Amino acid sequence: MAERMPAGTGSGQPVVLLEGVTRDYGRDVVTRVLKGVDLRLAAGEFTALVGPSGSGKSTLLNLVGLLDRATSGRVCLEGVDTAGLDDTALTRLRGRSIGFVFQFHHLLPAFTALENVMLPGIARDGRPSDALRRKAEEMLDRMGMSDRLRYKPGQLSGGQQQRVAIARALCLGPRLILADEPTGNLDTAAGAQVFELLRRINREERAAFLVVTHDQHIADRCDRVVELVDGSIVSEHAPPPA
Amino acid sequence: MPFEWFVALRYLREGRIQTVLILLGVSTGVGVIIFLSALITGLQSRLIESTLGSQAHVVVRPPEEMPRLLHEGRVEGTDPAAVARNLAPGDEALAVRLEKPAQRLRSINQWPQVMRDIEQVRGVTDVSPLVAGSAFVTRGEASRSVALRGIDPERFRRIIDMPEHMAAGTFRVQGTEAVIGTGLATDLGVRVGDRIRVLTAGDRADIFTISGIFDLENKGVNDSWVLVSLKSAQNLLDLAGGISAIEARVDRIFTAETIARAVARRTGLVAESWMAINGQLLVGLRSQSSSSTMIQAFVVVAVALGIASVLVVWVVQKNREIGILRAFGTTRGQVLRVFLIQGLLLGAAGWVVGVGIGTVLSYIFAGLATNPDGTPTFPVNLSWQLFAGTLVMALGVGLLSATAPARRAAGLDPAEAIHHG
Ligand SMILES: Nc1ncnc2c1ncn2[C@@H]1O[C@H](COP(=O)(O)OP(=O)(O)OP(=O)(O)O)[C@@H](O)[C@H]1O
Ligand SMILES: [Mg+2]
Repeated sequence: MAERMPAGTGSGQPVVLLEGVTRDYGRDVVTRVLKGVDLRLAAGEFTALVGPSGSGKSTLLNLVGLLDRATSGRVCLEGVDTAGLDDTALTRLRGRSIGFVFQFHHLLPAFTALENVMLPGIARDGRPSDALRRKAEEMLDRMGMSDRLRYKPGQLSGGQQQRVAIARALCLGPRLILADEPTGNLDTAAGAQVFELLRRINREERAAFLVVTHDQHIADRCDRVVELVDGSIVSEHAPPPA
Repeated sequence: MPFEWFVALRYLREGRIQTVLILLGVSTGVGVIIFLSALITGLQSRLIESTLGSQAHVVVRPPEEMPRLLHEGRVEGTDPAAVARNLAPGDEALAVRLEKPAQRLRSINQWPQVMRDIEQVRGVTDVSPLVAGSAFVTRGEASRSVALRGIDPERFRRIIDMPEHMAAGTFRVQGTEAVIGTGLATDLGVRVGDRIRVLTAGDRADIFTISGIFDLENKGVNDSWVLVSLKSAQNLLDLAGGISAIEARVDRIFTAETIARAVARRTGLVAESWMAINGQLLVGLRSQSSSSTMIQAFVVVAVALGIASVLVVWVVQKNREIGILRAFGTTRGQVLRVFLIQGLLLGAAGWVVGVGIGTVLSYIFAGLATNPDGTPTFPVNLSWQLFAGTLVMALGVGLLSATAPARRAAGLDPAEAIHHG
């Protein structure tokens, strides 16, 4: 893969590069939710996105995740400027390169844990395959869920559901994982467990992580903390050493 | 299994009540259409069958002679109606009298050639000469007025399947043999082998031996037809060597009118189709067909609206899930196809159940009432065309009514759908 093309000073090509990104909502009354955001996420980097409620964290995550388009500015994923891509190309790129973990697990209730993990791959390939099944089983195993493959989401606890959701996000080996308050809906113990899983995957897979969190405890254990206030990035710093 | 089918099938399976409800709607619709069509085509073909069981598809005759107008002793060949219109009230009373020419049978000129000409007309499968006139039949004291019909039995049996309809004896009219209907036989109290005397207007008479008694399931015909050989009828009706009509059979009965016109053009004779002769029947059949078509159209619309409305609700309920599928790389096209496939599957499954419902309903209805001979009073006609037609309809309706919900689902903004459901 070409995601690590050498560039100038030896730092690889960023997985995500945002330049002057704005996002407006509303037609009659226009609200500028993002006010010129510059952001760079490198491979293997685990970044926390923090900020008060309504500051635009989810909006930013949607833009980085190619679920939404910027009003102005550039959004590049692995060196590809996404402005020129049509919806199908955008969708394919998203499916190939990005994994999502949401606050509320968002598993599909009609499908088993295993099927939920396999679905992105089935959508990508057009049909299921044994290789895909093995990969999905392996991911669920790494999440400690190998004894729950045939359970439907409704039969799993919140923490278990979130672990299945993480397995799903990781199954196709994305270069970028986006998580919107992945532990926000879990108690402290389950939340800590899920976070540890994310961190471990980050170390093993060298994917870039952008994790929205309100939990100071979690933010403190990331490589970098980006703080968004009222649509602008106000600080970018490494957490204080533990 | 392809992705779209996998997801579509799973959603249908998980949507239990909704799926069952739509299926009920579709299958009821299909069942009603099948039942209604089977019943109406059954009834109609029964009616047509019984009408054509004793009637040729096309009858060719010599042109009628113009009625002559007798007007103050002058004979005029002009249109009598035009002359009649000139009469005003209070005019000198005029002796106006329309007179048909005397009831003399006229022959078709050079009929063997004409018959060959008619046989050449596209769609005509068989032709048969006929000498027809009125006569009396006497047997002891009994006397009946009858329709004497001289026929060529080999040809005539291809116009009307006489051997199939013999109640007694055989269908044979050689020499002085005659075949009569069950009604006439009862009236006269005769059986096969008995003799009858046939008498015509010109005081010509002949004795015939009854070789067979037919039942064409038509009272008028059973009561009045006396079938004899061409030659006998020609003698009795004073039509030596001539025939009074040519009867023809066509391959497709509803083309009879067109074929009759072609025959008339070709021969210069009068050609009447069974459709023209039974005008009333046809008007009845047509209005029956069109009202049933209308009912079916409404059923189709109702089924379509049913599928569409349930699928729309489905899409709304699944907004978030669709958004998630999109986030994980499912394209708009794939989402669109998931819902179109659901429509198709609902149509197909509804059709399968509907065929069952319609068939069972048809047989129950056919079994409700039977004629004395065991045949159903309400015959049903379940044809493969009906099943194929309703399958195409069910699939079409399923696909079409899924289109709007599918487009809606495909057009969802994934970010919006995920965060706001
Ligand atoms: N679809 C939308 N239409 C209009 N305004 C929107 C839309 N989505 C978000 N907004 C507005 O954008 C602002 C930022 O919303 P966003 O969801 O990004 O905040 P957030 O930082 O994720 O907050 P929280 O921590 O509560 O999740 C809010 O003021 C919200 O009202
Ligand atoms: Mg948010």
